[in-house]
Amino acid sequence: MEILLQQIINGLVQGSVYALVALGYTMVYGILGLINFAHGEVVMIGAMIAMTVLQALLTAALTPVLAVLLSLLAAMAVCMALGYSIERIAYRPLRNAPRLAPLITAIGVSIVLQNLAMMIWGREYHAFPLPFNSTSHQLGGAIVNDVQIAIVIIALLIMSTLMWLVHRTRMGRAMRAVSENPAAAALMGVDINRVISVTFMLGSALAAVAGFMVSANYGIVHYYMGFMLGLKAFTAAVLGGIGNLRGAMLGGVLLGLIESLGAGYIGDITGGFLGSNYQDVFAFFVLIAVLILRPSGLLGEKLAERA
Amino acid sequence: MRLHRSSSGRFAFAAVLLVLPFVIDALLGHGWVRIADFALLYIMLALGLNIVVGYAGLLDLGYIAFFAVGAYTYALLGSPQFGLHWPMWVVLPLGALIACGFGVLLGAPTLKLRGDYLAIVTLGFGEIIRIFLNNLNTPVNITNGPQGISAIDPLQIGSFSFGSSYEWLGFRVDDVHLHYYLFLAFTLLVIFVSRRLEDSRIGRAWVAIREDEVAASAMGINTRNIKLLAFAMGATFGGISGGLFAGFQGFVSPESFSLMESVMVLCMVVLGGMGNVGGVVLGGILLVVLPELFRNAAGPVQQALIGRVVLDPESLRMLMFGMALILVMLWRPAGLWPSTQRRREFAAEDSVLQQEQETVYDARK
Repeated sequence: MEILLQQIINGLVQGSVYALVALGYTMVYGILGLINFAHGEVVMIGAMIAMTVLQALLTAALTPVLAVLLSLLAAMAVCMALGYSIERIAYRPLRNAPRLAPLITAIGVSIVLQNLAMMIWGREYHAFPLPFNSTSHQLGGAIVNDVQIAIVIIALLIMSTLMWLVHRTRMGRAMRAVSENPAAAALMGVDINRVISVTFMLGSALAAVAGFMVSANYGIVHYYMGFMLGLKAFTAAVLGGIGNLRGAMLGGVLLGLIESLGAGYIGDITGGFLGSNYQDVFAFFVLIAVLILRPSGLLGEKLAERA
Repeated sequence: MRLHRSSSGRFAFAAVLLVLPFVIDALLGHGWVRIADFALLYIMLALGLNIVVGYAGLLDLGYIAFFAVGAYTYALLGSPQFGLHWPMWVVLPLGALIACGFGVLLGAPTLKLRGDYLAIVTLGFGEIIRIFLNNLNTPVNITNGPQGISAIDPLQIGSFSFGSSYEWLGFRVDDVHLHYYLFLAFTLLVIFVSRRLEDSRIGRAWVAIREDEVAASAMGINTRNIKLLAFAMGATFGGISGGLFAGFQGFVSPESFSLMESVMVLCMVVLGGMGNVGGVVLGGILLVVLPELFRNAAGPVQQALIGRVVLDPESLRMLMFGMALILVMLWRPAGLWPSTQRRREFAAEDSVLQQEQETVYDARK
């Protein structure tokens, strides 16, 4: 029972992070019909920037709260600039090219960012210098610490802000219009290029926050951390129904739960044949199962069968 | 390749291919003959993927899994791991057959998916295979886990082993040269099969599906079977080259079958020119040789310019590789040497172009 509760808590925390990253994928896909393969690397860059800035501010003897806030803002700013440039350089010129072309440039961007990070920050694991002592609390036999609680609350706050932005503001309406029908939106006076840029910047800002959260939770930053995280977040987006914001959030949390429960119990289910080292496999099995059984995802609309 | 249509041209080209390893050996040294061997292996892989991506238009991001299946089949049946030493004649076709089975296994449930989704599912499949290879050492040790399998038997025909050196008429022929000829033979076979397939009824069916699946099925093509055939055929080629790889290296580990390798092979196909055998061969050669050149040059050049090695040559190489991908796609989205049909598509009149472009926006209709 304690194990079950513990795994559910871990799953919720991890799922909140997945949800934030998945939102970035789903927004871009909703508007451009493009898988932004480089999104995972944006998360990684966000974590790296946050780590570096935080380290510098703490050495400059700033108060911990201020240092954390400033480093988070710095990471968001850098990631927004990065997201904007990625779209301008690698996707916009290819908007009318065949589908494979932007996918290849996305892979190219991903490789460039990863190796750039390796050159700047090196191959080693860095400790994330969180200036708080994260106290642990007992909760019905399971343990949850302050960082984990903060992650879930902040993720909820950010997601509700995003929903408000998309459903209640002028820019949000423009985004929905473009995702519905770009040509008609353009005729109605929506500046499509601006909407797309804003979408990329929003997604990247969320990625930066997610990067901060993952590294604060695990206490470790590494140049390769974005790849798996990105893949799983994409799976979460597909699970919820890609292009659908609520779907991305639901998919993220669900995937986090499936993964942690799966990893916690796979040993018992298979009689010890498979262990928790197969954790990463779950995401992919879920992905394949969803795509075969319900390709439009849990909350997605039915897609037309077109090649 | 249509370049060498005249028979004298063919002979000259064949002669060049035959003496190439010795020329490379004399000019650049042994290491580069080995690189030429790898280039041939990758060309085979890329040609296999070209059937799936180039002809049938199905984006496969987990192609390296079939390579892995072929390689591990060879490794398990021809190494001290289980004490089995089956001959190459049995193991290579068996590896190809198993890879083909995996291709059908992956293809059957996923082929009705749209392009990007298929890409992600195949990517997931590739990762699943790698994770299993990595972890199948407990509780029963099958793959030896991350350590991989070593001391694999060399490729061997009868008592003639490609893994040793021979002396003929005072002329020394090493294992890298022998493998070159073996791989060359296989590559030429794969090129021949690809070319014949391209002009066959099946090949035209693949292209029809790539261009417009609905129209193709209206013309009486059984799209599901034909797509499955593409998957199976591509996987078979992958399995054969995997077996050759295992015999050549003498060692396999899950590390050789990461997603990066799948991406690498896909890039050969796309950069060279999808659907064009010559382009794919060009892509394979470029993507094996250029990074090697770069690896050797990056250190000394920095040494000469700045006086010390500031940037790690390995990551600099990958950085350049990523940038090259982006730049080539921006300037030549059809690849360096596209097939005539593709080229025509890219220079099509506005109405046709419009139709092609709609795919970008039709995702939600």
